[in-house]
Amino acid sequence: MKRIEGPEKVTGRAHYACDVRLPGQLYARVLRSPLPHARITRIDAARAERLAGVHAVLSSANAPDISWYEESRLFDRTLRFIGDELAAVAGESEEIAEDALRLIEVDYEALPCAVGLEDGVRGKPQLQRRGDIDNGLREAEVVVDAVYTTQTALHNALEPHGCTAHWEDDSLVLHESTQGIFAVRDEVAEKLGMPKERVRVITQHMGGGFGAKQIAWKHSVIAALLAKRAGRPVQLMLEREAENLAVGNRNATRQRVRLGAKRDGTLCAIDVHILVQSGAYLVGGEDSDVIGAYQTLYRCPHLRAEQVGVRTNTGPAVAFRAPGHAEAIFALESAMDELSRALAMDPIELRLRNYATEDQTKGKPYTSVDSLRRCYGQVKAAFDWPERRMGQGSKKRGIGFAAHDWAGGGGWPPAEARVEVADGAARVVTATQDIGTGTGTALCQIAADELGLPAERVSIVLGDTREGLYSPTSAGSATLATLGPAVRMAAAKAKKSGRGKGSRVKNPKDKSIRTCGAQCVEVEVDTETGEVRVLRVAAAHDCGRVINPVLVESQVIGGITQGLGYALSEERMVDACGLVLNASLEEYKVQTAADGPQLVNATQSMPDWEANATGAKGIGEPPLIPTAAAVANAIFDAIGVRVRDLPCKRERLIG
Amino acid sequence: MSVPLESVTLRVNGAERAVRVEPRRTLLDALRLDLGLTGAKKACDMGNCGACTVLLDGRAVYACLLLAIDCAGREIATVEGLHDDPLQRAFIEADAFQCGFCTPGQIMSLKALFSRTPAPSDEEIVRAVSGNLCRCGAYRNIVRAARIAAGRR
Ligand code: FES
Ligand code: FES
Repeated sequence: MKRIEGPEKVTGRAHYACDVRLPGQLYARVLRSPLPHARITRIDAARAERLAGVHAVLSSANAPDISWYEESRLFDRTLRFIGDELAAVAGESEEIAEDALRLIEVDYEALPCAVGLEDGVRGKPQLQRRGDIDNGLREAEVVVDAVYTTQTALHNALEPHGCTAHWEDDSLVLHESTQGIFAVRDEVAEKLGMPKERVRVITQHMGGGFGAKQIAWKHSVIAALLAKRAGRPVQLMLEREAENLAVGNRNATRQRVRLGAKRDGTLCAIDVHILVQSGAYLVGGEDSDVIGAYQTLYRCPHLRAEQVGVRTNTGPAVAFRAPGHAEAIFALESAMDELSRALAMDPIELRLRNYATEDQTKGKPYTSVDSLRRCYGQVKAAFDWPERRMGQGSKKRGIGFAAHDWAGGGGWPPAEARVEVADGAARVVTATQDIGTGTGTALCQIAADELGLPAERVSIVLGDTREGLYSPTSAGSATLATLGPAVRMAAAKAKKSGRGKGSRVKNPKDKSIRTCGAQCVEVEVDTETGEVRVLRVAAAHDCGRVINPVLVESQVIGGITQGLGYALSEERMVDACGLVLNASLEEYKVQTAADGPQLVNATQSMPDWEANATGAKGIGEPPLIPTAAAVANAIFDAIGVRVRDLPCKRERLIG
Repeated sequence: MSVPLESVTLRVNGAERAVRVEPRRTLLDALRLDLGLTGAKKACDMGNCGACTVLLDGRAVYACLLLAIDCAGREIATVEGLHDDPLQRAFIEADAFQCGFCTPGQIMSLKALFSRTPAPSDEEIVRAVSGNLCRCGAYRNIVRAARIAAGRR
């Protein structure tokens, strides 16, 4: 079945937060710190306020004192990174708002700053242990000991963060570009000291989030305050530069990894020490559990995994498609490849030797114990592993493999849904949001299945907190596995009585749910120029029952595409003063149509009935996770150079 | 600092539309704000992404890089002017989008190609959309959609 919102999206009728047009609407811009660490000694916005066409100005001089980010404020007198918010203006156009920003006079007292991962302030270590790591390392016959680093990556969703805010008497309506309308509602209400019921958040369509839009950011409250002050609706969309400074990034990491194994490949020790760059603030929703994958992907009796967050005067980190796991899997799966070379063992064989059947962090078996094994088989067949073709001249070819697991995808109860049936048609009512993954389409299919109706006869209402039906934030690849069972229950009731409400029951107690998968990559490396061309990628992922193969395939190819950017070209560059040098889509290199390798999606439906009543699990994040490691492993196979630092830049391959 | 407005008549999707804008207003803002045509999107506002692509006298252009007043008398076409176009149908069929934010721009870039070259090769298709970023990574299906519209499956 095709996406139900397709006709809206191909005609321009799909309305995003930036497309809202209300009578008298104003446009806002935010003034940001030009210094990485400073105190404001004077701020004077009088000239901005007098500019014709300006209707409201906010700064620390006149804004309500609202606490934000731990010890900070909405407009703090201390600025902690280049891009930190310090004032905002609403005017009759974006141009006028920008003119006004230039009239705001600010004096600063510069403070010392720390920019790099190694220079920042280290937080308290998070430590996980299992068995006795010293014993494990003593038992090992082969040890891989290496340091890997991953870069700061920028989400760069095409639609920037932003909203349109307007007041209806004492109630606030926010058209927001968000992955979590309830998260925004609750946070904005709390910050403004209002009851939640008087804040309504609407997201009909949103132009990409990838994790960066899973929390409420300052702009929503700023827009609400400006709208109140001006007495008119205010639209505040971030410019691309601000988008790349202030509203999240994938944290850089430094990971020292020691893997110990027996000659037959059995792992006996995993020891990792990880630094994670949090940036200037803990914003909530970072969830960068880098040590997570080390604890679960392979069976291993002795483990020590330590993670330390590092504060720097750079933009704050936030979740980015499989936060923590994408970083960890690059290092772990590169190290596993190094181990397989040291043992002269096929990399897939090495993984099978260490197959985990239970969640070792909880001591519980997985619901679908065999799914990862099946993914190995599917991807191997689709790729024809380990067949390789020959390169020519300076162009060498190689193949690489990487696996992954992911704690997400199993669903996050609670959630509610309603189904109404009349005249051979049904309406699903939820208050989840469709962030471009096709949630709405899949939920219609689930209802149609249960009701025995053709899917075209089912419509869906979503993206409005006013419906009052709670849904969690679209994160952790959890939306379908959370909402699907609630919709199914509602549909079953509606089948009998024309109308039914369903709620998501809890996840099973005695089992652990995971998603997982594996990818194979073939690259061609030009040993003269260092250019890496990815020729093909095959992927197999466990997302439980495939409800809609078209949507699953789009998630898989989209995730791999982002994963290739992470592997090869994406990197936020920051100078010694904390200035981001590539905060634009020209200089921050995301993949383009011209980069496209052959992508083969070998994902098969593997219903996980123990996980939930639809058998389906998430697929949003997983396809990005193993790509970078598989690319790096393929590069080693091609030219014998081990890239331990992402991205795999040319200068790292030759020289 | 208040800037006088200028009157300009834009010919959009075959209709004359008069607007009064600041001379510095871009064609993109004139379309999105003054004319309420929000299909073309603003994602970078500096010519780097293609989300704002429209046709100017049949050629695909970044509307964020043009001034509205410079477009008087030219033929402007936006996604709103397409009606059941084979490209639109093909985009749905091939699932050539996820969030859909880049979609109007992708379609207009291809529209320009197809009006010159009704049955373009893969290479020509890729070149036509190589200035249109899709952060959701739908490229493979965008190319597939164009192939379908070109009569190849
Ligand atoms: S908005 Fe015009 S190219 Fe990006
Ligand atoms: S579909 Fe989301 S940017 Fe292209």
